[in-house]
Amino acid sequence: MRHLLSIEDLGAAGINEILDLSDTFVEVSGRSIPKVPALRGKTVAWLFYEDSTRTRLSFETAAKRLSADTMNFGVSSSSVNKGEGLRDTVETITAMGVDAIVVRHASPGVPWQITRWTDACVINAGDGWHQHPTQALLDCYTLRQHFDSLEGRHIAIVGDIKHSRVARSDLLAFTMLGAEVTLVAPQTLLPPSLEGWPAKTSHDIDAVLPSADVVYLLRMQRERMHEALLPSLREYRAGYGLTLDRCALLADHALVMHPGPMNRGVEIDPEVADLDRSVVVEQVANGVAVRMAVLYLLLGSGVELTGGAR
Amino acid sequence: MAERERRMTPPFGGVFQARSEVLSADDMERALRRISHEIIERNHGLDGVVLIGLQTGGVWLAERLGQQLQDIEGITPPVGTLDVALYRDDIGLRPVLPEAATAIPVDLAGRIVVLVDDVLFTGRTIRAALDAITDFGRPRAVQLAVMVDRGHRELPIRPDFVGKNLPTRRDEAVDVHEHGVDLGEMVK
Amino acid sequence: MSLVIKGGTLVDATGTRRGDVRIEGDTIAAVGDGLTADRTIDAGGCVVSPGFVDLHTHLRQPGREQAETIETGGRGAALGGFTAVVAMPNTDPCMDSAAVIREVIEWARTAPCDVFPTAAITVGRRGEALSPMAELAQLGVRIFTDDGDGVQDDRLMKRALEYSVGLTPFTGGQSVTLAQHCEVSVLSEGGSMHEGEWSSRLGIPGQPSEAEELMVMRDIALARATGARVHLQHLSTEGSVEMVRRAKAAGLAVTAEATTHHFTLTDACCADYDPVFKVHPPLRGDRDVDAVKAGLADGTIDAIATDHAPHTRDSKELPFDQAPPGMLGLETALALALTELDIPLETLIGLLTWRPARIAGIDDVHGGPLVAGHQANLCVFDPELEWQVAGAAMASRSENSPYEGRTVRGRARHTVLHGEVVVHDGEAQR
Repeated sequence: MRHLLSIEDLGAAGINEILDLSDTFVEVSGRSIPKVPALRGKTVAWLFYEDSTRTRLSFETAAKRLSADTMNFGVSSSSVNKGEGLRDTVETITAMGVDAIVVRHASPGVPWQITRWTDACVINAGDGWHQHPTQALLDCYTLRQHFDSLEGRHIAIVGDIKHSRVARSDLLAFTMLGAEVTLVAPQTLLPPSLEGWPAKTSHDIDAVLPSADVVYLLRMQRERMHEALLPSLREYRAGYGLTLDRCALLADHALVMHPGPMNRGVEIDPEVADLDRSVVVEQVANGVAVRMAVLYLLLGSGVELTGGAR
Repeated sequence: MAERERRMTPPFGGVFQARSEVLSADDMERALRRISHEIIERNHGLDGVVLIGLQTGGVWLAERLGQQLQDIEGITPPVGTLDVALYRDDIGLRPVLPEAATAIPVDLAGRIVVLVDDVLFTGRTIRAALDAITDFGRPRAVQLAVMVDRGHRELPIRPDFVGKNLPTRRDEAVDVHEHGVDLGEMVK
Repeated sequence: MSLVIKGGTLVDATGTRRGDVRIEGDTIAAVGDGLTADRTIDAGGCVVSPGFVDLHTHLRQPGREQAETIETGGRGAALGGFTAVVAMPNTDPCMDSAAVIREVIEWARTAPCDVFPTAAITVGRRGEALSPMAELAQLGVRIFTDDGDGVQDDRLMKRALEYSVGLTPFTGGQSVTLAQHCEVSVLSEGGSMHEGEWSSRLGIPGQPSEAEELMVMRDIALARATGARVHLQHLSTEGSVEMVRRAKAAGLAVTAEATTHHFTLTDACCADYDPVFKVHPPLRGDRDVDAVKAGLADGTIDAIATDHAPHTRDSKELPFDQAPPGMLGLETALALALTELDIPLETLIGLLTWRPARIAGIDDVHGGPLVAGHQANLCVFDPELEWQVAGAAMASRSENSPYEGRTVRGRARHTVLHGEVVVHDGEAQR
């Protein structure tokens, strides 16, 4: 596989391969000089059409720990603002001789389009509502640190599923690794069709929590109120927020996850975010190691990554 | 022969076929004991000595050396492991293996690091190891112990402790395992 | 100079038979056996039919000549077997005034295909005020439409229909038709493909079937209330087809068209995010495709239209949700109908010729029949010829064919426009 576009392309074997390798990079990240020369001479370009300081910093840290050179194609300050088309931008970056393009775009499918215009590796860092494969990988890695296996585990993904690339990626990743997933959301925040989705759905979070090994909360965005998808954030919190009271329904070992940034007091109560069972900070830390593994596998290892529907 | 070496030695993915035994299990045991004595002699004891086995063929040898040193001096020096795949200049030829972990048990600053590997060939693995060691601190000295030195160096690197000097042809292969050392070829 | 088309199978509204067609000037002079003339065109193994009529073509002129012009679009039409196309008004400036309509008619004079301009129902297609419909009707406009958008305001649409009924003094007695792009915009806003299984999976905002069906429902109700002629453009859903079927059974003056892509492609085509498959209304599901085919077979749908919508390469390389909707259709329509529709040849030709000609109010000149004294607008096509679709080889200035690389069956060999051979052996003559 030359690109990382969708978590689906990896399959269970490909996911496990990356997670296994991530151990190596967790070790590297723990060194006093957390830097190895593995990708010296390689250049990685950031093409972020949508602001995402967190994801970009995580990728940037990963690349630098591998000694890759990085360049930021600042979309807001560059030729894109002067009307340059996607293809011209990609061909320009490619002509400079980059080895990988990490792309984030508000429009779904852009990473797929880009692969037609470049011979660099394309890594999807989030496309619209569609996919965010490295988020799914770091979530799986975080879970693996707590559970031997996801086989038979029950994961509840709660919140705005419809507009969430995290939900679309994680659902596929979790189920490929053997977990059962329940999507918990009001009907207006579920996708129009769940045909072919390997998940159950529920509108009753209190009924789902007792059997959940993991509660994965999604960020609730304020603009959804304007689209008449919800009456108010207050009503959302009452129906679907993970409050301290609701936490009491969880099994002792159950974990709370969130891709960040959190809306404390909306989808998650401030106290819940700080409980021991909340692994949000681990997710962020693991993000760097997992992204190192992805960059190394695509750029430096010389081995073919397993998977490859595409 | 370690899995990674087997996969990465021409003809890639072949199988090692032994032609002759170079060292028996007993020979190897004697060589390890001699090397242990040399390490103690050279460093006037084991003060500050750390053994680092190179993944994957040097790891078990480092452990065996550690036991011998314990038998002789009554002290077990710290034994660590190092994977140099991320430091190789021929990256791509040696993929990182998840099971080939790096574990450095102590801060290396001011220590005497004895790198341990099974076969010394071109010297490139050792060069990478020297780079890697630097990232873990500044040792007082770095020494090199190998079971077999088969020649064909491509870099100015020499071993401090050698089990057996073995002249070979480039297309031959050397396999160091628990029961001794064999010379042969990779066959596909 | 006279011309004879020899040895073809003649198919028109009067039936199927073998025979030669002799043309003098712009008129069919005789139909029979053993006819001769100054020039002979071989139609052996071919079907001779009236020239095709497309109720739905975007020629882009004025305003977006880099994508298509009346000349290049007209040439593509001729190569596809069409002798008449009805041009949509979403040009720039919009076809909502006598000045623009006159320009379009003037430009079309030299095109290798007759071009009949529609005009917008509302000024600037903005859905706020009626365009000067009487003045435009006087210039020859017989179909009004805001195509590209539906008329959202219920009251305005009702007024437009009412007003259209009284336009006969300006048309020499002919009725005009209001054609609707059925799409309730608040329901489809932001959408780029059919809302359903595929849009959910691909994370592409969807356009639900109801967005189309609610407007179909409204316009049928308004047709009943006003008695005006309503034509529903590019029907794409099962529900729409069923509503039209019932409206026709009730005797309402409602007609409908379906595009070639809506009976050949589904929303699954969008899986690779290639904007060439983005179109409005969107490609729907399998059930919808089946319903459209059934509607074409049983007469519910009156015409096969192309919704030929050229777009430049750059614009189709935008992200899927930003790329403009639309696909080429003129040169592939016949082949797709022959390849994908399991209906009698006479029915198929009716959908491409005399039925759309009647809706467009041009059946005195286009759509046959192939009898002496009639205008010589006809198409000679080989129904068995297999060929491979290639956007770059088309006459259009654009290349956005969704059928690129597909092997299809059936192709126009000769097209005769007012007695002139504008396509001979698959080659455009001007």
